Amino acid sequence: MRTLYFLLEKEFRQIMRNKGIVRMLIIAPVIQLILLPLAADYSVKNISIAVVDNDHSTASQRLIGKITSSGYFKLTGYTGSYKTALSLVEQEKADLALQIPAHFERDLVRENSQKLYVAINAIEGTKANLGGAYLSSIITDFNEQLRVDWHTTGSATGSDAPQITVAASNWYNPYMDFHLYIVPAILVTLVTAMAAMQSAFNIVQEKESGTIEQINVTPLKKHFFILGKLIPFLVLGIIIFTLGLLVGWLFYGIVPVGSLWVLYISLVDYLFAMLGLGLLLATYSATQMQAMSLSFFFINIFNMMSGAFTAVDSMPDWARAIVQTFPPSHFIRIMRMVVLKGSGVGDILYDLGAMALIGLVLNGWAILNYRKTV
Amino acid sequence: MRQLITFIRKEFLHVFRDRKTLLMLFGLPIAQIVLFGFALSNEIKNSRIAITDYSKDAVTEQLISKIASSNYFDIQRTVQSATQLEAAFKKGDIRMAVIFPANFGNDLVHTGKATIQVIADASDPNLATTITNYITRLVNDFNTQTALAAGKPLQILPEMQFLYNPELRGAPNFVPGVMALVLMLVCTMMTSVAIVKEKELGTMEILLVSPFKPIYIIISKLTPNLLISVVNLFIILILSSVFLDLHVKGSILLLTFDSILFILTSLSIGLLLSINAKTQQAAMMGSMMGMMLPTMLLTGFLFPIENMPLALQVLSNLVPSRWYFIIVKKVMLKGLGITAVWKETLILTGMCLFLFAISLRRFKIRL
Repeated sequence: MRTLYFLLEKEFRQIMRNKGIVRMLIIAPVIQLILLPLAADYSVKNISIAVVDNDHSTASQRLIGKITSSGYFKLTGYTGSYKTALSLVEQEKADLALQIPAHFERDLVRENSQKLYVAINAIEGTKANLGGAYLSSIITDFNEQLRVDWHTTGSATGSDAPQITVAASNWYNPYMDFHLYIVPAILVTLVTAMAAMQSAFNIVQEKESGTIEQINVTPLKKHFFILGKLIPFLVLGIIIFTLGLLVGWLFYGIVPVGSLWVLYISLVDYLFAMLGLGLLLATYSATQMQAMSLSFFFINIFNMMSGAFTAVDSMPDWARAIVQTFPPSHFIRIMRMVVLKGSGVGDILYDLGAMALIGLVLNGWAILNYRKTV
Repeated sequence: MRQLITFIRKEFLHVFRDRKTLLMLFGLPIAQIVLFGFALSNEIKNSRIAITDYSKDAVTEQLISKIASSNYFDIQRTVQSATQLEAAFKKGDIRMAVIFPANFGNDLVHTGKATIQVIADASDPNLATTITNYITRLVNDFNTQTALAAGKPLQILPEMQFLYNPELRGAPNFVPGVMALVLMLVCTMMTSVAIVKEKELGTMEILLVSPFKPIYIIISKLTPNLLISVVNLFIILILSSVFLDLHVKGSILLLTFDSILFILTSLSIGLLLSINAKTQQAAMMGSMMGMMLPTMLLTGFLFPIENMPLALQVLSNLVPSRWYFIIVKKVMLKGLGITAVWKETLILTGMCLFLFAISLRRFKIRL
């Protein structure tokens, strides 16, 4: 046990000695956590729309007024030709184009039914989805208003048709604050990059500088060596996580609804799995460059696929199965559930178990592989 | 000149000798593009919802079968009562609950009005908005159908057309974004190590006392990385054409030119980091940990830039991948020409020259 103590003392000294790195490990996550949630705002509210008005009637003017005053859309083009509007969409000056055909108002009265044409730039799927949905609900509203206002022109029976309305309520985040959703996820990605992957570099650095051979010839037990490498980064991860929770509270007013100890238990479980991955990568890399490429690969995949910024539910089945093996996907789920909904240990057992299992596999694999190569 | 060629050759030998690293430099970006291209999607479907029906009449049955037959929802039959609801939300089993109150059908027939209660788990606000919208649209459709049957007047029917990406696939948005992200980070990372490694190993001193000019050192360091990145680019383009059905619609020449410009810009960032860093570890931390998340978020392929606060919008202008992302979308997906991207091209050229000039100036010929 005393051996481990001395080893830890050595590791901590080595880490603390490099002031630049320590500063980076502590300050970079804090700054990023303060700034980045501001960038990650997907509340779609600035959809730009180009309107092709071939009708120039009071009805078309009213519809345009209704769209622009809804707060979701801003009018970035108002032309008479559909081609001009499409080229605005092409140049990304408009996300969607709405065409009001000629004689829209007149024919609506005469034929009782008219079409509106909407072309949406669908490269950004979420925006296209939401934009289309908002616009069609505005048009439905507009339609209702017209019916009420022009009541005399319509048949009396029609307006008595039964109406079903939807009363929607939003639980756990009634003001639809996007920060509540994104801050916990960004915190997880920062802990991943700053703490979990550093263990890989640290070991590979010893390989590159040759000091690992000196350690190998000492009577030091392998598992002590590995523990000595893992524990400092576990501590670092806990420090960064704590700072992150403080930043979330101070800057975004986020106070976890659930209990803190559930969060910290999950964090230790998560770091156990991720440090195992770092260790495994270290056993497979000979140079820092290789360790870097590998951990960049994994971190990038974790960031893009663990549900932090993209929806896991929308992925095909095979991809969802792969995502189950990513520790961050479980930890991000836990974070959101505990921080926003106040879920307890009973609710997150599956994720806790999955992370523990992944951790055991990765650490076991790393230790086996470590014995062989060094 | 002969000196330079010899040195470039030396650098290439360094790169080729390290097979494992070379394999990673090619294999990993490609694996990412393919994985993301196939897996990521913006379309929200199969959302797990619970339906609680206290009325159980003909109308609710009709509506439920309408909801079930759309592929947006995956109805979880297990949740039947309001008490189970909260537990299901807390476990993350369901995203939304749809509740038909008692006497729903009766109310609809007698008063002409009935209300469906929809509770969404807004811990993911966008998902909540989207699936609430889906339900509302389905209910509106249902209303319109009954209204048409009843001869309701003045129907306005919006006809939606999705341009460029009718199936709302994720790949057309994510491939250009990931291309920008991966190229930028890999280029920066590779180069950031280059010079600092010579410093760490002590071979820099030898280079500096030789009559070799500093600019040659820089050029010979950058050339292999440039070549690797261009090869990577072409592999990515071929893969996305073959597997993801994303072909280069515009001019390949223009796309290649702009890509090389972008690669050079990223290499220059790496160069600058490398010149300022003292150890490989510091250089890599700067290029990966420091740049990864900001690049990811400020490129604009995950979150719309126009939603950001003004300060961050200004900041995003400094991120080269933001401009490259626009270029790729315009040239590759929409098939536009130089007239549509001259501004972005000019900005990248400016960035590239500026960064390279600074690196050259800051390159110390003394240790």
